[in-house]
Amino acid sequence: MTARRLDHVLLAAGLLALWQVVHWAVGPDVVSSPWATIVRAWQLIGTAAFWGHAAATATAFGLASLIAIAAGVALGLWLGLRRFAGDVADPVLGTLYSVPKITLYPLILLAFGLGVSAKIAFGVIHGLFPIAIFTMNAIRNVAPVFRRTALVMRLGPLATAATIMAPAALPEILAGIRIGVALTLLGTLIGELFAATSGLGFALIRAMDVHAVADILAITMLIFMFAASVNAILGLIERRARHGG
Amino acid sequence: MSKAGVVRTILVLAVVAALELLCRLGVIDRVTMVPPSRMIVSLAEILAHGRFNADIAFTLGNVVAAAGLAIVAGFFIGAGLHALPRLRRALVPLLSAYYAVPTFVFYPLLIVAFGVGRTALIVMGAMFGVVAMIVNTALGLDHVPSAVARTGAVLRLDAVRRLLLIRLPAAAPHLVTGVKLAVAYAVIGIVAGEFILATAGIGKRIAYAYDNFDNATMYGLLLLLLIGVMIVNGALSAWEKRLHRRFGQR
Repeated sequence: MTARRLDHVLLAAGLLALWQVVHWAVGPDVVSSPWATIVRAWQLIGTAAFWGHAAATATAFGLASLIAIAAGVALGLWLGLRRFAGDVADPVLGTLYSVPKITLYPLILLAFGLGVSAKIAFGVIHGLFPIAIFTMNAIRNVAPVFRRTALVMRLGPLATAATIMAPAALPEILAGIRIGVALTLLGTLIGELFAATSGLGFALIRAMDVHAVADILAITMLIFMFAASVNAILGLIERRARHGG
Repeated sequence: MSKAGVVRTILVLAVVAALELLCRLGVIDRVTMVPPSRMIVSLAEILAHGRFNADIAFTLGNVVAAAGLAIVAGFFIGAGLHALPRLRRALVPLLSAYYAVPTFVFYPLLIVAFGVGRTALIVMGAMFGVVAMIVNTALGLDHVPSAVARTGAVLRLDAVRRLLLIRLPAAAPHLVTGVKLAVAYAVIGIVAGEFILATAGIGKRIAYAYDNFDNATMYGLLLLLLIGVMIVNGALSAWEKRLHRRFGQR
């Protein structure tokens, strides 16, 4: 465990050194120095404006995640339990997953207008499909002996889903949710970049407009740390479910 | 075609028909969306007239260059990480959070570094695509069964042949997955860059048409972009599936 912690420290030191070298190589107009960026990030954390943007992003991201998880898991469960419906939907879901959603931004803007609903919609279309695909495959890959157990115990479809299928498929579903939530954050931020009047994505686009290099890097660094934390927490839950189930 | 395929085709056609009807009836107004038939007509006009050919070539060239860079660099970095498990374990949290952050916020910095033009877009696309290739290369090399690797030793192959004849084919399914994702992410990075600021390209034309309420052109170009992406993605997925079947599901 301590060796692992040492590795993380070494890695962080290495990345900071690399960052500093890049800063020296390309100049402060392109990449601000790590120290200047960290100082800027610290200043930002102390301002009310930053927390206003962070709260706007967190609200949109939270709602988008809830919608993507609820709809994705429901869709995935249904398609996983109905073999034929799953066969019909599988390639369609795959295509929708792989389409670069950013190309749909004009469509989303026209349909939802500028504002919070557009960025939530953007987050949802990014996260929904991977969650649905992982859930469907998780259900399909449940060992047949479990299904037969449900038959033997004469469980109804609802009881089967709740007591047999869901626990057996949970680790895979949680893996899908982890990936889907990361993409939901990406989608929400993209929505904010192009279509919002508040949020961290909006703060980024404003920093881009006035070419505030340290601001761009500081906000991106903070978003990255947030994303890595969310990912780590969901990864932990996933590992628990894998070993506990 | 299988029964599922028939049902799928009917369903997709029904959705398109429903959209057409809703647009024609005015339930979806023209400012939001033009009828699908109009999109197809617009797409045909764009292709026949050739007025966006230079932009199409620009975007296509950028995607090829960016995806190529991402795939080559990602392969070597991924192979390097596979050889250095300690570094890799430390990097995992960063790699798995990478795609939650829109990397293209760095695009303005790249413009300062490289100027407005191809290079900034290509670097952008490559930066976005490379991590998918890194992760999948390392994963693919993990999945080389030790029996297969030992066969190379038994046959007394030298290191280069062991790599070319044993390790790469065994890792091929994951490598193709990496290629597929690298291409998809390169497209996202480049189109996003073109949306933000570019001298040419399909993304720029879409943004321009959007700003000018030229919905017919915008949807025609969107359709072109989506069809292009689906064809490339479909071809790579088919290749991926074939490799998975050939080298067995592990």
